[in-house]
Amino acid sequence: MIEVKDLVKSFDGKTVLHDVSATFYTGKTNLIIGQSGSGKTVLMKSLVGLLQPDSGSILFDGRDLVTMPLDDVKELRKEIGMLFQGSALFDSETVLGNVMFPLVMFTDKSREEILERAHFCIKRVNLVGSEDKFPSEISGGMQKRVAIARAIALNPKYLFCDEPNSGLDPKTSIIIDELLSDITHEYGITTVINTHDMNSVLGIGENIIFINKGYREWVGDMTQIYTTANEALNDFVFATELFQQVKNYVTANGHTKQPDKQ
Amino acid sequence: MLITNSLATFGRYCLFIKRVFAIPDRWGVFARRTIAEISKLGIDSIPLVIVISIFIGAVIAIQMQLNITSPLIPAYSTGLATRDIVLLEFSNSILCLILAGKVGSNIASEIGTMRVTEQIDALEIMGVNSCNFLVLPKIVAFVMFMPFLVIICIGTSLIGGYLVALFTEIITVTKYIYGLQAFFQEWYVWYGLIKSLFFAYIIASVASFYGYYVKGGALDVGKASTDGVVSSSILILLFDVLLTKLLLQ
Repeated sequence: MIEVKDLVKSFDGKTVLHDVSATFYTGKTNLIIGQSGSGKTVLMKSLVGLLQPDSGSILFDGRDLVTMPLDDVKELRKEIGMLFQGSALFDSETVLGNVMFPLVMFTDKSREEILERAHFCIKRVNLVGSEDKFPSEISGGMQKRVAIARAIALNPKYLFCDEPNSGLDPKTSIIIDELLSDITHEYGITTVINTHDMNSVLGIGENIIFINKGYREWVGDMTQIYTTANEALNDFVFATELFQQVKNYVTANGHTKQPDKQ
Repeated sequence: MLITNSLATFGRYCLFIKRVFAIPDRWGVFARRTIAEISKLGIDSIPLVIVISIFIGAVIAIQMQLNITSPLIPAYSTGLATRDIVLLEFSNSILCLILAGKVGSNIASEIGTMRVTEQIDALEIMGVNSCNFLVLPKIVAFVMFMPFLVIICIGTSLIGGYLVALFTEIITVTKYIYGLQAFFQEWYVWYGLIKSLFFAYIIASVASFYGYYVKGGALDVGKASTDGVVSSSILILLFDVLLTKLLLQ
């Protein structure tokens, strides 16, 4: 579990995050949503330690990232997997090389054990047969799956995903969402997903944190979002006619998915 | 303002270098990466060095002969002057200015692209010291391989002059070869090799620094590449003066 308490972050005197508090639960898909410029990327970067907050605390199962010594931060990072918006795969490495990378850098396993684990992760994301291809030779969706395989190679306790569906077609987006959701439940990972894909919000949002103008405005799950009275959240999630119709339908007929049963 | 900015950049460079010269997490990975960089930065530069050196060696020989017209100056002076120009300046300073363009832009654009595509962030989040992981193998590889490039440059430049003697009537082969051997000072070779080590370090570290701190997109990678080449070229010229003063006087 990750607990964020009273997080404040500003740039050049302009406060981007105002006393944000949130809890990200283990074994659940935790979504951070909000408009562009709302501060969700700053929150995500603060969570993974790429930005140092002005004040507040970020507790990884009780360990405060903000006040932690650098050596402990280095150790903590071995428990973190991250999926970047652009996949961030190493261009000079093959698919197999990318997945093997964290295993080579941070474990004392033999080459055979590393290969076995890498092949297992590649199989888990359904990429068998692409091991020897370079990132430039595979599609965007496949790159995302390689990035997921790399992120889970070390059995992380925490998985962060920045806009995992960015640039993907709707069908591939659903595949990635389902993969992230399955992995989260299967391995009991604390998964934090930064997104403004409404399909993800309504499809896998077990714990949704809505950030608006740097404030945490709303917390709930994908079933509660249909009945929220929060005007900014309604405007954001149900902005299109299609999603407005979905809301009307679900409000009238009830939700078919229950987050706890997933 | 210019002084403040320069000092701030120098300070940032020092902090960057402090991170670069940390102990590698995995010596095996470091060794493999260094060998790969020797191939990419060093061995891949050999054809360029050979082509440039042959032509410049030939041009130096022709120009020397055409400018030495006095009957009081012996004819073998062409070989001697060609050799000393190559040993003292061309094989190290001029060669490194040329390599600053090729290798420097290669390094800055590679690391800059890794920055804008979040590959460096990915390394940092994994807990890898990205400065050390990416830059140290490049610096070690290029500094280690530079003396070989200098020696290749010296050899092929003198061959360029020899070809002029062989295929033209400007100077005879015998006099050219006699000139190459006349009044030879071994220290000139060491002087060139020592200078080249400093220049190799400047090229690799400065280009890496500009690439590492790129912000933005493709345009900024191009700008960082240019800044890296310009800055390392200016530093090479500055250190050329300082090292010449220190080593030859």
